[in-house]
Amino acid sequence: MVQPNLIMLVLAAIFVNNYILSQFLGICPFFGVSKKVETAAGMGAAVIFVMSLAAAITYFVYNLILVPLEIKYLYNIAFILVIAALVQLVEMFLKKSSPSLYQALGVYLPLITTNCAVLGVAVVNMQRNYTFIASVLNGFGGAVGFALAIILFAGIRERIEFNNIPKAFLGFPIALVAATLMSIAFLGFQGLITL
Amino acid sequence: MGNPLKIIKNGIIDENPTFIQVIGMCPTLAVTSSAINGVGMGVSTAAVLICANVAIALLRKIIPDKVRIPAFVVVIASFVTIVQFLLQAYMPALNDALGLYIPLIVVNCLILGRAEAYASKNSAIDSFFDGIGMGLGFTIALGVLGLVREFIGSGTAFGMQILPEAFPQTLIFIMAPGAFLTLGFLMALLNHFKNKKSA
Repeated sequence: MVQPNLIMLVLAAIFVNNYILSQFLGICPFFGVSKKVETAAGMGAAVIFVMSLAAAITYFVYNLILVPLEIKYLYNIAFILVIAALVQLVEMFLKKSSPSLYQALGVYLPLITTNCAVLGVAVVNMQRNYTFIASVLNGFGGAVGFALAIILFAGIRERIEFNNIPKAFLGFPIALVAATLMSIAFLGFQGLITL
Repeated sequence: MGNPLKIIKNGIIDENPTFIQVIGMCPTLAVTSSAINGVGMGVSTAAVLICANVAIALLRKIIPDKVRIPAFVVVIASFVTIVQFLLQAYMPALNDALGLYIPLIVVNCLILGRAEAYASKNSAIDSFFDGIGMGLGFTIALGVLGLVREFIGSGTAFGMQILPEAFPQTLIFIMAPGAFLTLGFLMALLNHFKNKKSA
């Protein structure tokens, strides 16, 4: 079991190894739901919640079920099932206990199942053999980084709308160019923390 | 049964997963720092896509509608595990280069998207050709993206030195921002030609 400095771990997950801008995980929701700041914030909140929980539960599934039974090679199938079930549970729980939050998150909750950052964090935690606390914090930090990137990006896209864009760049291409500039800005954090 | 050639062409050109539908973006951006990695990822994804499409088309009448998404995901995850073992055994270098992104083929929205939109509604043979078409379209897109980035970023193509060594290399193209930038410009280029055609 490996337990790095926890504060450094969270900061590294948010800024240095930002899931979207340097690891390319969770790109689909990043482009899909970043047209407005409010929806981006909703997606970010949902991801923070699910990803921290998924990191915790996949830790137990791996170390208490897959390792003792010596079926580690099935991790991929096990993790994706756990995440799909977890998202479904969270959805049902929120619907009953907090309808307002459920309304706010809306369609973004089920979409999280196919957010590769969630599966990605589970696999990374397994590969690096992190302790329970480190796994959860890695998931939490990664999700905060995701939320930060998607909210900033939505803010940029809202302003792009009002600009005069060359016809060929309308829509996706200009969004990609904006993402390039954000990614360059985040490159500045590279080497800040090495784990 | 549809015309196989038509289904394949549909996947490569009319509904190209990367340039037209813009799905499956994570591996598209992440592994295309060289042409070989791009093509390797494209072929691995295509293999999973073809197998999953056929399996899901065969099972489509047995799987209850309510649990179809988890069922699809399990089918896809099984094939991804098989492909991962094959890569580890026969192409360890490619396996190391693609790393984390191999298990993540499971959550590639391209595969689940085709399962939901095509394989769950069509025959196994049609789904097989749809898998080939979409897989080829994805592989070509990743190959082109990888080639452009590798050429500008390190002056090589498929590992062969093309530009003279002394030529300045624009490293940013093989780093993260280069992926966004190259894809953005390739898409703008395609839009430009489309606008010209329709004008």
